[in-house]
Amino acid sequence: MATVETLYLPHYPSYPIYISLFKNVSNAKFLRQQLLEANAAFEYAFLDGTMILSPRHLHAATFRALNDSVYNRLKSRNIHSELVFSLSPNNNIADAYRRFGIQDSTTSLLAIKIPLSNPEITAESVSKHLGDAVEGESVAFGEEALKGVTDVKALRKGVILGMMALKGT
Amino acid sequence: MSTAPPTIGATTPLPLPSPFTHSPLTLLTQGAEALVFRTTLLNAATPVALKYRPPKPYRHPLLDKRLTRARLLAEARVLVKCAREGVQVPEVVAVGVEEGWVALGWVEGGTVRGVLDGYTPSHPPSHPPGEQKDGQREEVLMGLMGRVGRAVGRMHEVGVCHGDLTTSNLMVRRKEGEKAQEHFETGGGHHTAGLEGLDGEIVLIDFGLATQSIQDEDRAVDLYVLERAFAATHPVAEPLFREVLRAYGESYKGAKVVLRRLEDVRMRGRKRSMLG
Ligand SMILES: Nc1ncnc2c1ncn2[C@@H]1O[C@H](COP(=O)(O)OP(=O)(O)OP(=O)(O)O)[C@@H](O)[C@H]1O
Repeated sequence: MATVETLYLPHYPSYPIYISLFKNVSNAKFLRQQLLEANAAFEYAFLDGTMILSPRHLHAATFRALNDSVYNRLKSRNIHSELVFSLSPNNNIADAYRRFGIQDSTTSLLAIKIPLSNPEITAESVSKHLGDAVEGESVAFGEEALKGVTDVKALRKGVILGMMALKGT
Repeated sequence: MSTAPPTIGATTPLPLPSPFTHSPLTLLTQGAEALVFRTTLLNAATPVALKYRPPKPYRHPLLDKRLTRARLLAEARVLVKCAREGVQVPEVVAVGVEEGWVALGWVEGGTVRGVLDGYTPSHPPSHPPGEQKDGQREEVLMGLMGRVGRAVGRMHEVGVCHGDLTTSNLMVRRKEGEKAQEHFETGGGHHTAGLEGLDGEIVLIDFGLATQSIQDEDRAVDLYVLERAFAATHPVAEPLFREVLRAYGESYKGAKVVLRRLEDVRMRGRKRSMLG
């Protein structure tokens, strides 16, 4: 079983978002392969933890993806790819995956699941599935846990958020 | 079809776009163009000023949408540019371009307008001199004016002209951990400040009419508008504004030229249309 945080964004109280953070992940290559093969059991946004500055950084991208999903105007395949896309300050989905998505070399992994209106997916089911699928150390997601993970040099506060909010417009 | 200006929100509850439709929002101000609410976005620790430009029923819907979109984007782009260049402005937290809203990081504090309002009536120039508190207050106020001048100078230096530089659009950010003053929290933009609130950083807000410009004329008009705003507050604000200009003049290369241009603008003695 993995530690899962259930997030509710302000103004979207009926859409739970499940977040798990893993360190020392050893099977990133396998996990990434499941995404490439579009394995239905692996409908997640798998992010490289080093590229996430703070919970708020993630919240901003999640809000954007969720909002665009509710308005039916996703620019990519589904809400999980849209989340990766939303993190990027530019309009190139491949570039977004390369920069923010899981790589074969990823060791700090953020797994996010947004079930939208699927009641079968719960914190419990996510916890079980990720616990089985990810080989790594599950840690509670939060400001503190991210501190040792983020590659701050690659990112700069405020600017990123502002550019994220504006890209694609 | 009605051709009258919208009275939306004045008497009837305004339908806000999703996801705010059913959210309890606190209405702060209702200007001609926008409604400003206080709420949180992203998480409970991120208070924002939600600025919503409602559709104008007297305008063609398609045109209206395009105009609103263009304005929102222009405002947000200028804010991001300022932030990147280190000019103190609210952070752009999220934008709903199609729906007509922008969420800006909440600036905790009062406005310079509130400071001046609180200052002049209770401390007239005829006030018995020699009171230590007044001297101290004068000094703190002058410090604040210096920061106003430098903040405006910095904005101009990075190539942005504000377009509506009034004392309501200059906020004084309360220092972290500083006690919240009750009168800071209420009302929209007409806060008053005690001595305690005056040493904060200046944050420029409301870039709805801002342009990316390095023209001396545009810069001088910004200063002129600000000067009129000071004058409108109270005559004793004049020495305060002199300090704003002094600090401005020293804040960047090219500022002196703008100050000379300001004299031309004054002489023309007319307020240029702020819509440019
Ligand atoms: N980021 C912010 N943080 C705190 N308060 C804010 C912020 N933005 C706006 N406000 C408050 O809301 C008021 C109105 O905001 P703003 O001037 O941006 O809206 P506006 O409708 O464009 O105004 P106007 O009609 O005067 O042009 C401000 O005077 C201020 O009190």
